[in-house]
Amino acid sequence: MIKKEMIAMLLAGGQGSRLGVLTSKVAKPAVAFGGKYRIIDFPLSNCINSGVDTVGVLTQYQPLRLNSHIGIGIPWDLDRNIGGVSVLPPYEKIESTEWYTGTANAIYQNIDYMEQYNPDYVLILSGDHIYKMDYEVMLDYHKQNGAEATIAVMPVPIEEASRFGVIITDENHKIEDFEEKPENPRSNLASMGIYIFNWKALKDSLIALSNQPGLDFGKHIIPYLHEQKAPLYAYEFNGYWKDVGTLSSYWEANMELIDLVPDFNLYEEYWKIYTKSEILPPQYISGDSVIDKSIIGEGSVIDGQVINSVIGCGVRIGKGAIVRDSIIMNRSVIEEGCELYKAIVAEDVTVGTGSKLGIGDEVENETDPHIYNHGLVTVGEKSIIPPGVTIGKNTCIFGVTEAEDYPDGNLASGKTLIKAGEEI
Amino acid sequence: MRAIGIILAGGNNHRMKELSQNRAIGAMPIAGSYRSIDFSLSNMSNSHIQKVAVFTQYNARSLNEHLSSSKWWDFGRKQGGLFVFTPAMTADNSNWYRGTADAIYQNLSYLKDSHEPYVVIASGDCVYKLDYNKVLEYHVDKKADITIVCKDMDPNLSVDRFGTIKMNEESRIEEFEEKPLISKSSTVSCGIYVIRRRLLIEMIERCAEEDRYDFVRDILIRYKDMKRLYGYKIKDYWRNIASVDDYFSTNMDFLKPEIRDYFFHQYPDIYSKVDDLPPAKYNSGASIKNSLISSGCIVNGTVEDSVLFKKAYIGNNCYIKNSIILNYVYIGDNTHIENCIVESRGTIRANSYYKGENGVQIVVEKGDRYVL
Repeated sequence: MIKKEMIAMLLAGGQGSRLGVLTSKVAKPAVAFGGKYRIIDFPLSNCINSGVDTVGVLTQYQPLRLNSHIGIGIPWDLDRNIGGVSVLPPYEKIESTEWYTGTANAIYQNIDYMEQYNPDYVLILSGDHIYKMDYEVMLDYHKQNGAEATIAVMPVPIEEASRFGVIITDENHKIEDFEEKPENPRSNLASMGIYIFNWKALKDSLIALSNQPGLDFGKHIIPYLHEQKAPLYAYEFNGYWKDVGTLSSYWEANMELIDLVPDFNLYEEYWKIYTKSEILPPQYISGDSVIDKSIIGEGSVIDGQVINSVIGCGVRIGKGAIVRDSIIMNRSVIEEGCELYKAIVAEDVTVGTGSKLGIGDEVENETDPHIYNHGLVTVGEKSIIPPGVTIGKNTCIFGVTEAEDYPDGNLASGKTLIKAGEEI
Repeated sequence: MRAIGIILAGGNNHRMKELSQNRAIGAMPIAGSYRSIDFSLSNMSNSHIQKVAVFTQYNARSLNEHLSSSKWWDFGRKQGGLFVFTPAMTADNSNWYRGTADAIYQNLSYLKDSHEPYVVIASGDCVYKLDYNKVLEYHVDKKADITIVCKDMDPNLSVDRFGTIKMNEESRIEEFEEKPLISKSSTVSCGIYVIRRRLLIEMIERCAEEDRYDFVRDILIRYKDMKRLYGYKIKDYWRNIASVDDYFSTNMDFLKPEIRDYFFHQYPDIYSKVDDLPPAKYNSGASIKNSLISSGCIVNGTVEDSVLFKKAYIGNNCYIKNSIILNYVYIGDNTHIENCIVESRGTIRANSYYKGENGVQIVVEKGDRYVL
């Protein structure tokens, strides 16, 4: 009989609406990160590096990019005869067909998938964090404690703790209580959304709570187990862990990669991060270019200035262009003489000759101030920006835009320009 | 598909000097991200040849490592696949491959057990793109026995390391000379042949009976007038890695936009083993002009008119000019390197100075280094 000690379930169905137009066509875990990676590469690489070779990836929102990225799991060595990676979308049933209505509901709908591997433990992961973590060490800790469930936690500054689910433990890290985004947190241990469950405990609680609408791990499953007096433990993690759920945190996490010795070091031989590499050739830096403090992916051709930026694969930056403090994703083209300041440019974008992005004063965004802030210019995938326009700060552009979309060749700070047909 | 493939990658070449001490020519790193055998392998794959054998012998470790999985070239198939044949001891033979024909003879079952009517033979040391189907069509059209792919070289350059060909107006080969000191022709054989599988088996068996071992000398030249040999001329880029100077200039060719465009951006692609390295990183103080930089590199100094292969580290205040830095090289601070090829996995101490005064200098520095 097939037997896997621990299998992983990776929640990758969320939209990640706070990433604005970056996630209008792709799920958050498929958003590019760090030049050549996608966010989901980090938990997937952690799995294989930890010896977890069976991973179910739960998809729901815009799964196309995710599906083609994962394929049969070759880049992560997750193409296995037994186990490997499986993409698990919601499916039709004889009665009560429904979408995944919550994190735990998604897992509940895939009990059969987990059952076939006869696991002792199930690892629950989310696809929206950047970190390197050995899940095997966490499993050892889980076993040592004789826990029914273990939650990975991270100490955060107490003033920031109110943004997280906070875990209160005794001196042995046994969980005593938890609070969801408390105003006055009693602890600085934030839940990282990473759980290890004993399979039986997880299965029983999923079935017991199956009628709960929007069944969620943090809100329902963990409190339920706690009520049942099941031993729950917190596993303290002290490495680099970054939530990239907002545009500003996404931008910051990318910028941290270009420090001289980054906190999150991709250059270590140990604990490699794997991804699907589509573009192989080396990058070409021409005689007219200036490069300073940047990382650049394969196959890019640089003719201009790249300063303090993260450039993806197959990007072209034309002569005389200036790219500063920006993120340019795969296959985008920045034509000659453009200037980009604090811009996030998604994949397959063209910025026309001489256009300037990120110019002017900081003005609050008129439509989504909680998304487009921090002085960033965000350009959605496959967008086209015509030549010679000027675009302000806290702006968002999505779709094939033309010169007439820019009154006086200008998109003022705080404006959102989304062309019809590109609904978000 | 109508053909199976054979890639000959077993030979040594003393003209490669120190560079071939570590690897077969087929494993020579090319253009930052590739190895020379990738070009023939990708051409096979892109020509939909599904079953390919690579014959290796000389110094095959790094080549075998490169071929450890066939999936990069899309040969991980149930129908066909990639076969690597190194010499093996058998009940009636304990010889190395004594020549190219002998290598095929020792693995004749590969040919006998196939059912495809044709064989495409290529070598693992050439940089080119070619659709072998076009050669095969031509071969059938001409009712040829053997078709040899050839190319016109610059008549002012010496062709003494090639086989030279003279054809009549119908492209039938009239003369074939192997490595002539003075040649009557500047058309050279590219080492790519198309031949009917049964005819190849017949010729190879006869060759073996007569204790002859070389495909060019004992088959092509010997049968030249008896069989119908035709030449198929190619006009596109083709280089043979046969000497240190060839190797250097072939790599430097990739700094030209038209060559990069031809190999990197025009369909079909060249494939290679994927190394999962992070993007190249430039720290403050880096200055790059007209150079190819591969993934995993970390650059702190100046690099001009050079090719950096994977995971090269360039220290502070270094000056790298007109040089090739092979894979996994560490270059300490304040180092000057000009007109050099730095052998892979080398560790260059800080404050070193290397300059190739009369041509290219090969730098081999095998310092121990603790790698994180």
